[in-house]
Amino acid sequence: MHALVKTYAQRNAVDGLSFEVAAGETFALLGPNGAGKTTTTEILEGHRSRDGGQVAVLGVDPQRADRAWRARIGIVLQSVGDFHDLTVLEVVRHFAGYFPQPRDPDEVIELVGLTEQRKVRDAKLSGGQRRRLDVALGILGRPEVLFLDEPTTGFDPEARRRFWELIRALRTSGTTILLTTHYLDEAEQLADRVAVINHGRLLALDTPDRLGGRDRAPTVITWIDDEHGVERRLETAEPTRALRELLARQPEGEEIRGLSVHQPTLEEIYLAMVDGTDAGHAEASSAGQETR
Amino acid sequence: MSALGIPGTTSSGGTGTGPAERSPNVHLPSALKLGVRRARLELLQYFRQRDAVVFTFGYPLIMLLIFGSIFSGNVQGTNIPYVQYFTAGITATGMMSIGFQSVSIAIASDRTDKSIKRLRGLPMPQLSYFLGKLLAALVEGVIQTTLLITCAVIFFHVHLPATAGRWFTLVWVFALGLGTCAGLGVLLGGWVKDGRTANAVTLPPFLVLQFISGVFFPLNQLSPTLRTIGGLFPLKWMCQGLRSVFLSDQALVAEPSHAWQLPQTALILAAWLVGSLLLALRTFRWKEKYER
Repeated sequence: MHALVKTYAQRNAVDGLSFEVAAGETFALLGPNGAGKTTTTEILEGHRSRDGGQVAVLGVDPQRADRAWRARIGIVLQSVGDFHDLTVLEVVRHFAGYFPQPRDPDEVIELVGLTEQRKVRDAKLSGGQRRRLDVALGILGRPEVLFLDEPTTGFDPEARRRFWELIRALRTSGTTILLTTHYLDEAEQLADRVAVINHGRLLALDTPDRLGGRDRAPTVITWIDDEHGVERRLETAEPTRALRELLARQPEGEEIRGLSVHQPTLEEIYLAMVDGTDAGHAEASSAGQETR
Repeated sequence: MSALGIPGTTSSGGTGTGPAERSPNVHLPSALKLGVRRARLELLQYFRQRDAVVFTFGYPLIMLLIFGSIFSGNVQGTNIPYVQYFTAGITATGMMSIGFQSVSIAIASDRTDKSIKRLRGLPMPQLSYFLGKLLAALVEGVIQTTLLITCAVIFFHVHLPATAGRWFTLVWVFALGLGTCAGLGVLLGGWVKDGRTANAVTLPPFLVLQFISGVFFPLNQLSPTLRTIGGLFPLKWMCQGLRSVFLSDQALVAEPSHAWQLPQTALILAAWLVGSLLLALRTFRWKEKYER
């Protein structure tokens, strides 16, 4: 997609966004609430129209997509109505009938870990289980491109790990995945590349370990200074030397409390990035310079 | 090669469940087949909601029993038992309740809980959605009509149609009448704001029409003005058509026109059916305002 624009009430919810996702890649869209993640995803899914720019998914403009195109994509929306009194198996079997070459319903139920609940009615499922049913329906048609909009919201940690396994398996089998998420660990675990967007604009696009210059960022050393009883923090490009100096000052045989040496986490990088643009955006708005 | 951005196809190692197993030139299921599938699912879901089932089927049945027991006399100025006259009216009302009320409320709820958004993302022809609603309404209507007629025959000495011609009239009045009501249900279901308002919006026209279409009060007791207004709407013609099925020709004295007017009935119902379906399909809101 190129220079995508979507305007609501004269404000650009998506403002000249461009990126490309390679076949077989897992691509994560990160950004705060209202950044334009869902709008972007829904334009790619063909759910929304756009106001500018060019978009192609599997070589087709989603706005002009037909059934054959829909059969090649899979969509897991943020939240959709439930099936009340139908069981997991009934729902999955029903929706399998929409696709020319669906996966085996029992196999899909197994993949999302709902085998024990296959005869349970949707209304009796937990939030996380219902979400897994959504995912099951998304992958039922063997999609070449799978859209996942905040798929693990409401999952417990174990369910999330299992879900990650599933996504990795889909990736291995060649599925292209576009994921939006609030969870930075999720993006780091799953994504080949991460795009950070805010106010509808692209802030950074890179692999999780290089995003925002993370690989070149100074190493952070933290410890507790017992003499003054405070936590110390040191950012350095030469962690080995800094550490050696720190150790030299420490009396023999005594432990340094709370010592930690780490590269900045994806979360630290991300927050710095988003905070920066939020501040800039607020200034621009208050100064009345926002003329679009 | 890329999946998003540049036209291309997916490459993959193809292990087990991947999209690579997809073969080219696959056939999508037909609109009719999916419509039947949807009807089956809708019916399954419907009959598991016991309160809704009891209410829809119970209302006309209880009205028949109450009115049949209270008003034991004849229609004014004739020797036709009132309950026979009322049987035709309440059967038509039952069709309207299933076609108009149930369908519009179901569609409005699908829009509110975003079930319709899920369907929009699937390779389903839009026609299948309406076919599903229509076929499900037909099945419910057959059950409803059978129940009412059985009840009337057992308790109120109503006779089943004596000739093949009258059976045939029953079938086409049922099909055209229910189809028309379902068409109007689709139209209204697409118009109303959401599922919660659908019930409130359908009730007034439903009630008013029952009073001016010869359901509760025989037409010869209504003022010519009310009769004219009633004659503009399909319910009056459905009632009259059903009276021609269940009442003897002696009952024509209670008809203001002194004739069953079957060709006219067929024409008017067909016009309503075509008009409502065309308008419904043209104006139907697949996307909510905020999704445009």
